[in-house]
Amino acid sequence: MTQLFLEQALNGLQFGLMLFLLAAGLTLVFGIMDMINLAHGSLYMVGAYLAAAAAAASGSFVIGVLAAVAGTMAVGALLELAVLRRLYTRDHLSQVLATFALILIANEAVRMVWGDQPVMLNAPEALAGPVEIAGFSYPAFRLLIIAVGVLVALALYVAVTKTRVGMWVRAGASNREMTEALGINVKRLFTIVFAVGAGLCALAGAMLGPLLAVQVGMGESILILAFVVIVIGGIGSIRGALVGSLLVGVVDTLGRALLPWLLRSFLPGEVAAHLGPALAAILIYVLMAAILFWKPSGLFPARG
Amino acid sequence: MRLTAVAATLAASLLLASSAFGADKVKVGFVSTLSGPGAGLGVDIRDGFNLAMKHLNGKLGNLPAEVIIADDQQKPDVAKAETEKFLKKDKVDFMTGIVFSNIMLAVGPQVFENKTFYISANAGPSQYAGEQCNPFFFNVAWQNDNLHEAMGKYVQDKGFRNVVIVTPNYPGGKDAVSGFKRYYKGRAEEMYTKLGQLDYAAELAQIRASKPDALFFFLPGGMGINFVKQFVAAGLSKDIQLFAPGFSADEDVIKAVGTPMLGMFNSSHWAHDFDNPENKRFVADFEKEYGRLPSLYASQGYDAALLIDAAVRDVKGKLDDKVALQKALEAKRFKSVRGDFKWNTNHYPVQNYVLRVIGKDVQGRVTNKTMGTIFSNHADAYVASCKMK
Repeated sequence: MTQLFLEQALNGLQFGLMLFLLAAGLTLVFGIMDMINLAHGSLYMVGAYLAAAAAAASGSFVIGVLAAVAGTMAVGALLELAVLRRLYTRDHLSQVLATFALILIANEAVRMVWGDQPVMLNAPEALAGPVEIAGFSYPAFRLLIIAVGVLVALALYVAVTKTRVGMWVRAGASNREMTEALGINVKRLFTIVFAVGAGLCALAGAMLGPLLAVQVGMGESILILAFVVIVIGGIGSIRGALVGSLLVGVVDTLGRALLPWLLRSFLPGEVAAHLGPALAAILIYVLMAAILFWKPSGLFPARG
Repeated sequence: MRLTAVAATLAASLLLASSAFGADKVKVGFVSTLSGPGAGLGVDIRDGFNLAMKHLNGKLGNLPAEVIIADDQQKPDVAKAETEKFLKKDKVDFMTGIVFSNIMLAVGPQVFENKTFYISANAGPSQYAGEQCNPFFFNVAWQNDNLHEAMGKYVQDKGFRNVVIVTPNYPGGKDAVSGFKRYYKGRAEEMYTKLGQLDYAAELAQIRASKPDALFFFLPGGMGINFVKQFVAAGLSKDIQLFAPGFSADEDVIKAVGTPMLGMFNSSHWAHDFDNPENKRFVADFEKEYGRLPSLYASQGYDAALLIDAAVRDVKGKLDDKVALQKALEAKRFKSVRGDFKWNTNHYPVQNYVLRVIGKDVQGRVTNKTMGTIFSNHADAYVASCKMK
């Protein structure tokens, strides 16, 4: 039982941290620029494909990840300069339509370059097995994901709370006009934030690639979860994104494991086996609804 | 007035001509899963079908043939729309290609209503084998339960009594569980996952906690690839013996997972080492054409094309005579790459099922090897409730 609980907690942490990488960029773009970017998931997909291509070409997973982050940051910055910049002053409907078009374009472009079938991205050979600590074993690669996630979360925290650029970002998130009035080049700040967000997406895509599948449309399913996270956490708040991600990750994972087991104690086995996964799948949406009921602007709203 | 009469006579005579002298070409609508994690299966069926077309010089029953291909993206609504287009706009004579049973069940009614023959090269849902069996539905592969039944029997005979079953929550997954449990009588813990799920961390933790001595999983395509990889990464492979139907242990999965698959037992109605001339030619030419070994899916696509070919030849191209065409399909005058099989009254095969094990062949490739027969002339469990009209 301890093993099951601990393993599921780690799984939840791993899933939550990867969601955080996506949600962090999304919440900043949404919070500071007041811009709904549905194409955020596409950057995640592009990152995963770039990682797979670079890893295959170089034979090294690390080079693949680095190339993916750098490449996707460049793609993100270009996208911001060429397209998204024109959308900031438009209403949300235009933004949703335009970025939805970007999803379709990105999916077709990836299909043209890499084809319909999923691309292989394998974890480094050394991390393919489990790590064993005092009878408790856990996949080494998932541990690496957790380590990377914790490091990035810490770095992001320091960058946002302790640096000058971070201060601008926070200022921009809470009051854009005032920040501009204070003489900060918000345009450039936006490009930087967007590129960093894209880089975080690529990191998530590259790290999750070996666990999931690098395929067309992979961005859409995870984008929904990222939106759930930022709604729970409060739009524009990095801290909210972190807490929201971990909540969603842990609730989803523990729910999938514990619900069937709980149900089995008072329902016949077959019914429990079917009902458990179905209930677990909606658990995070129930969580979101509950949080919105008591805290309509999320757990840590960036704007007063 | 005279003109109209002439036109009417002309039209009538043309109509007569078409039914009297037969069609001048055969159209096959091929809707399959060609993108996403399930794409490997659809691509193999398609390539098998295309290889048969090549062997038949692009003809079906001596008539020039056109195969129209569409991707269903593993979505029932997309499959329905593509099928509707093929039936109404392209007026295809046969439909084939669907991989997943939930899609087959969604598409079936519109095909049968249109009186078009569906030759399933994969999906074999229990519904169409039993009460909803249909004269316009033929399955050239197997009924869904069959490969699982074979594995259930083997696991039972080997003395395992504590088994976890992992399968997606969809009609094919339910058929898998009932098939396996029809012959396996020990303790079975069922775990249902989402169809298309790729991260199995939560399930693997539960499996570790429940300490089974064997694990039977049916996760076709990319799902199985991820599951086996993560199963090995979690370090479960040393305590738990893995068993699977051939679907989760064929070339597509082996290619992606590699050596961790070594020693895995699985069941099939076909293997690439079957020793008959048709199969030898099929396997050799498939490798030459596509640079990889064929999977059971490819063999099923190949057989589907041969079945259509034989039936069109039998009716001498008179594709509008549905009764004769059904008889010709039932006669199935072709040699399957699996060896001989018979039709049951529900248009599903009665055939042998073999045990395969994954090992290294003489060239050092990781691949399947046939070990022996599990069932001879095995029929499905639903045929009794089929009242074929």
